[in-house]
Amino acid sequence: MDFPASSAPHAVAGFTVQRTMLQVLAALVPVAAVQVWLYGPGPLRLLAVCAATALASEALALALRRRTAGPFLRDGSVLVTAALLALALPPSLPASLAVFATAVAVLLAKHAYGGLGQNPFNPAMVGYAVLLVSFPLEMTRWPAPGSGWDAFTGATALDTLRTGLRESLTMSEIRAGAAFGTVGAADGEWVNLAALAGGAFMLVRRVIRWQIPVATLLGIAVPAAIAHAFDPGAHPGAIFHLASGATMLGAFFIATDPVSAATSDRGRLMYGAGIGLITWLIRTWGSYPDGVAFAVLLMNLTVPLLDRVTVPRIHGHSKS
Amino acid sequence: MNGRPAIRGGLRLDGHKSRPLTRPILAVPAPRTAILALDQGSGEPSQPLLDPGATVRAGTRVASGCGASADLHAPISGRLREYATLPTANGPGRCLVIEGDDRDEPDPALAAIEWRALDADALLERLAGGGVAGLGGAAFPAAGKLALARAAGVEWLILNGAECEPWICCDDALMRERAADVVLGAQVMLAACGAARATIAVEDDKPEALAALAAALAATPDAPIEIRALPAIFPLGAEGQLIAAVTGREVPHDGLPPRVGVVCQNVGTAAAVADLVSRGTPCISRIVTVSGSGVQAPANVQARIGTPIAELIAACGGYSPERSPERLVAGGSLTGRPLASDSVPVTKGLNCVIVAAAGDLPPRAAEMPCIRCGDCAAVCPVALLPQQLHRAAQAGDAAGLARFGLADCIECGCCDYVCPSAIPLTARFRAARERSRLHEQERHRALEARERYERHRARLARRAEEERSAFEQARRLARGDGTTSGPGQDSGRSRDPDRD
Amino acid sequence: MSASTLLPAVGAAAGLAATLGAVLGWVAARVRPDPASLVERIDALLPQTQCGQCLYPGCRPYAQAIAAGAADIDRCPPGGERTVRDLAALLGREPRPLDPRYGTTLPPQLAVIDESRCIGCALCLPACPVDAIVGAPRYMHTVIAAQCTGCALCLPPCPVDCIAMVDVAAPAATATYHAGHA
Repeated sequence: MDFPASSAPHAVAGFTVQRTMLQVLAALVPVAAVQVWLYGPGPLRLLAVCAATALASEALALALRRRTAGPFLRDGSVLVTAALLALALPPSLPASLAVFATAVAVLLAKHAYGGLGQNPFNPAMVGYAVLLVSFPLEMTRWPAPGSGWDAFTGATALDTLRTGLRESLTMSEIRAGAAFGTVGAADGEWVNLAALAGGAFMLVRRVIRWQIPVATLLGIAVPAAIAHAFDPGAHPGAIFHLASGATMLGAFFIATDPVSAATSDRGRLMYGAGIGLITWLIRTWGSYPDGVAFAVLLMNLTVPLLDRVTVPRIHGHSKS
Repeated sequence: MNGRPAIRGGLRLDGHKSRPLTRPILAVPAPRTAILALDQGSGEPSQPLLDPGATVRAGTRVASGCGASADLHAPISGRLREYATLPTANGPGRCLVIEGDDRDEPDPALAAIEWRALDADALLERLAGGGVAGLGGAAFPAAGKLALARAAGVEWLILNGAECEPWICCDDALMRERAADVVLGAQVMLAACGAARATIAVEDDKPEALAALAAALAATPDAPIEIRALPAIFPLGAEGQLIAAVTGREVPHDGLPPRVGVVCQNVGTAAAVADLVSRGTPCISRIVTVSGSGVQAPANVQARIGTPIAELIAACGGYSPERSPERLVAGGSLTGRPLASDSVPVTKGLNCVIVAAAGDLPPRAAEMPCIRCGDCAAVCPVALLPQQLHRAAQAGDAAGLARFGLADCIECGCCDYVCPSAIPLTARFRAARERSRLHEQERHRALEARERYERHRARLARRAEEERSAFEQARRLARGDGTTSGPGQDSGRSRDPDRD
Repeated sequence: MSASTLLPAVGAAAGLAATLGAVLGWVAARVRPDPASLVERIDALLPQTQCGQCLYPGCRPYAQAIAAGAADIDRCPPGGERTVRDLAALLGREPRPLDPRYGTTLPPQLAVIDESRCIGCALCLPACPVDAIVGAPRYMHTVIAAQCTGCALCLPPCPVDCIAMVDVAAPAATATYHAGHA
């Protein structure tokens, strides 16, 4: 009897990119739910717009590159980009800007570099950064906390903190303001809690590994704690930073984008720590209220170097 | 046991080992025609000794081992019909075909060996004469390995009963039913290689085997042999990984286990040694697992070397009528070789045949680009970065492949197993290593050519110098003593061989 | 944008650029490769056929010329594209196609002497740069296949044209199907 040839290994686990991406999307559901509860239907509108634009851009890019679109549209990676972008953008953003950001993310940051698996920069953060630099006014208009389904623009907690410090108010005076909640920003702390829950889910399901999130959070928390110990009046503590802005979303969902992150475990620790540190630096001394996007993009630049210097020791080789 | 994991990375897999183990080892009748591949799995063929037409008995030596091949013996009695190139598990190879005479007469020269009375060298010679080869799959001559170990002064013998790969359970069956042979083999090997202690390493998903070995050891309390249970992680049974797990020592990448004072042998090889010393039987049969949903009654079978696999399957009830077989794999599901036909014969290196029906070995999905998730690096037992190797292989970056350790890949298939993009990493690495090996050969030839060229130039320069000084000498003589009229710039013999 | 904001910004950027440029220049000066070792490393990448198609008398003179900047890396047909790529990687340059003025890349070649036509003149023996032809005057000459690099330098001296260059099949990739376990 004759049999066909095949190549070892003859059995595989059957994991797919699609499964990974669907689990990431599932982990984002708490964040989306909290945002809807806080801000109304705005985030849903953005999610729909971004998802549609992302799929359309992906199809366009694949057609231009003469690739079969089916498997790539189905793998869900572009939906993850769209979802992260939608949840990072202010809920009252005009749809046209969301379309612009998503198109830049998919066409420029992903396909111009070669498509899935080839982007050196985090696509969602490229879209966000382009928007932040091009339309700074619209990007800093966040609904006031508790405004629910009524649109009511105001400044975020980090924004209020920055302006308050410039006006030489003390930390306790600033923290008494409406934009602040128990430990961090008034509504930001809920979003961060939801992102933490989603992140924990992904860790348990082994969709992401612990190195990047833990290193990022420590990278923010440790300098914040040290600065707070030095001068409590001028620096909020570690807990505030961890509970405000896009910290948890950044640590668990954005920094962990595998394609643009460092490769080895040690490299990932350094990568995450760098993101955390730069985020804290930008928040404290930079001009932007939240630094996660730029921190991620800056650390993406360092990934080739990190990969070069953190190759793990191979079994049987000495430490040289 | 300290908190450090036994192996870095690796996978915990479904064993698929239970069905063949529900029955005792089945004896397959001797084949009518035996096909002996001269290369029994080690990559080097042994040298045939007899001409076609010669009469042989079971156990007669028919080929002598050299280098990486062991002596080969006839598994049945009969007549050597011919030498032919026939399909084997390792591709087409030169084979010796023996036409059996249905009498199965043993060679009268076979006799038990008084191994305790022999010194190490004599014992090694007798083991070599028995053709015992690495039955774990590598088929390297056991005597040769033990001799190298002895020369290097190893002090620790490890018997590999891990059998970590799914589907394979022949060693498990052997340890359950013939633990005494394994222990005896260990003792003989200790005497041959000069090691001071031995450890039989077995994975902890084999409790019956562990119990049987413990009972057999209890009968020889003075032997310096211990049993160690290891976690059932693939590929803990790979030599480098096993040695690290048992002894904590890492075999250097450019060396062999004797460099760290260890030698490793499969438990099946130990049982074959026991067979040789107790009954004088050379290595002419082995236990093979016949498994898969495509075979009616999976079992571990004792079959003669040279038996066509189709006869093994027939002994296990034949192909299953309801589940038609789709693929035939020699070995386990992760490192096994595909077989094109079931006429391929059993060799010393064949430990398992999977007759796979639909669902046993699910096909791979279509390949997608690498998303650099790093799951492959997390499971690599050798701490490589398969995603970087993949990128370097795609770019044809030979320097990158060397830097990321392509040469250290043990081709276990773990990275392939977990890859969400279904990239055939192991096959790519194997191809890249082959290309790199050819490139190395080419570079070696180029360096040799350069050396010969340098010698050629040196020789011509020497000759030119000799001619020049002879010319000078002649001129001096012609003019009388003393005077030379400066450097020889006369026309004529100014031929410069270098400027041809 | 007023001068008070423009000037410091431009000044900071210029200062940063000057500092980084100085550092890079210093590093480049310090980490200059040793010229002798460079020739050695270039020579190690060349195929050692000593054929002279690059118009240098051998592989080492060509390597020296590359190291000195007198010759480009695209002159070696026996090395082919692979050698150009390797040299480009070593020297940090862009790989380029082989310059056709220096020849074309052929498959691996072997010189074969037609023994029925060889007259035993021994003129081909000294022509071989690696001494791969054995023989003596009025005795049969033959090329040792394992040592022939395919440089074809033995063809011109032969008065009866009894040497031919034949394509050699590349060594076949052997199936490495080892199980890999002890």
